[in-house]
Amino acid sequence: MAQRRTAWTRLTTPFANIPASTATALALAMWVVVIGGWALLSYGRVVPNMFLPTPGTVLETTYRMSLDGSLFYHTLTSAKVVILGFIVSSVIAVPLGLWMGTYRAVQAPLEPLVNFIRYLPVTSFVPLFILWIGIGIEQRIAVIFFGTFFQQLVMISDCARSVSRDLVNASYTLGTKRSEAVWHVIFPAALPAILDTLRVTMGWAWTYLVVAELVAASSGLGYISLKAMRGFQVDVIFMAIAAIGLLGLITDTAFRILRARVAPWAP
Amino acid sequence: MTETVKANNLDGMASANVDARAAGTTMAIEDVTLRYGDANGVLALDDVSLKVAKNEFCVIVGPSGCGKSSLLYLAAGLNDATSGSIKVDGREVIEPGPDRGMVFQSYTLFPWLTVRANIEYGPKRKGLPAQQRKQIVDQYLNEVGLAPFADHYPAQLSGGMKQRVAIARALANDPAVLLMDEPFGALDSQTRGTMQKLLLRVWERQQKTVLFVTHDIDEALVLGDRVLVMTARPGKIKAEIKVDILRPRSMDVILEPDFIALKRRILGLLHDEIDEVH
Repeated sequence: MAQRRTAWTRLTTPFANIPASTATALALAMWVVVIGGWALLSYGRVVPNMFLPTPGTVLETTYRMSLDGSLFYHTLTSAKVVILGFIVSSVIAVPLGLWMGTYRAVQAPLEPLVNFIRYLPVTSFVPLFILWIGIGIEQRIAVIFFGTFFQQLVMISDCARSVSRDLVNASYTLGTKRSEAVWHVIFPAALPAILDTLRVTMGWAWTYLVVAELVAASSGLGYISLKAMRGFQVDVIFMAIAAIGLLGLITDTAFRILRARVAPWAP
Repeated sequence: MTETVKANNLDGMASANVDARAAGTTMAIEDVTLRYGDANGVLALDDVSLKVAKNEFCVIVGPSGCGKSSLLYLAAGLNDATSGSIKVDGREVIEPGPDRGMVFQSYTLFPWLTVRANIEYGPKRKGLPAQQRKQIVDQYLNEVGLAPFADHYPAQLSGGMKQRVAIARALANDPAVLLMDEPFGALDSQTRGTMQKLLLRVWERQQKTVLFVTHDIDEALVLGDRVLVMTARPGKIKAEIKVDILRPRSMDVILEPDFIALKRRILGLLHDEIDEVH
């Protein structure tokens, strides 16, 4: 009989599974290390509190701003900007990306242009957007859109292009017309990969939030962090960062659940 | 050693009521040449002609890379021949269509559809009413013995089960000809035997015209009424061998002297080809 593998062997074997309890414990330990380190540095005055607030102060600020409703208000504004920008972007990028990945005639003209634009820094367009769109919420949505759309387009067209040719061929021999293949075969086959792309790009959309609220915002998590910087309210900046991270975590989980619901067949 | 290819009139079949139409040709491939790229490109198929009679089980064997799969793709209308013509029931093949069902070597079930919905796909495209579709699906689910798995997704099935669904899915469209491109090539040898038995049973009951491509000589002889041997690239039909082994055939047929004699002949034909390649 083979000797039972020790826990250590399992932990150090490439791709080997570890018990769920161990995984949870490791995840918790990581947070303990991060927050513990933070507490040590701040309470121990290794870093002055002007630059690094204590966990207690941040919690206090969060509590205070939750009570007066300002945290909720700013979070809502930011979430609105990110989610609207993301939805507008996805609604166009999904069908256009599918066409791009399916038809060479759509890919050929679009790809060079898209690849040019998608390497341009979003920040450099902020002045232009203010000039063109003004300083309303539309301008912030435009920044999120600009940061997400071209990445989505390229990734979704790749999702469509990697659909198996024989799957499409098989559908033809079963009576699918050429014009129907995108909707009946390529879209459903690429759907899990498309949802993964949306999940990843949703994360990117959140990272553009502060850029979007950099110049012409009067509310939002990015806005309050910038305002807090001027008043040396590091605790507010920490709170805003944590809120953005938390919102990202929530939308990420929402997409995971959506994928499991919509494409239960996909691994 | 080259023998001419002629239309098979099913005269070897012990079928009782072969009507006039049954004796006709279902698929006619005439002088088909396939060259990849421009005029200097690789010649994959060189002037191939063959006919498949109605309800005949015709098998093509050949060394790998001889273009036998390419020929099947042409017959399905998934690719265009450089010259020549392919007709099914007298109509020229210009694009793929449900009258030429195909079973591929790779697994091509739609992973987002259940077994039932996969089989129902073709009848749905045809616009058949729901009740008729259900009847067809149930019939073929039973035919391939997968009724208990109707609501499973392809990812939950073994390789052999997937190909059984693929056969049921192609047959549910009631195609004039069933094209099979090494459908059991990826299966282990035991499963392959089971699948051959199942295919023979379905074919005998459903009376279908089949054009089957394989590189496995045993498989060709167990299944086929007629075996066409192809040359190495550029692919040509080198010989036609009638398999006069009584049906229904069992898997033990491979031990019979008649079978072994035919196998020896095909092996000889193929060895010439493989020697030429090296």
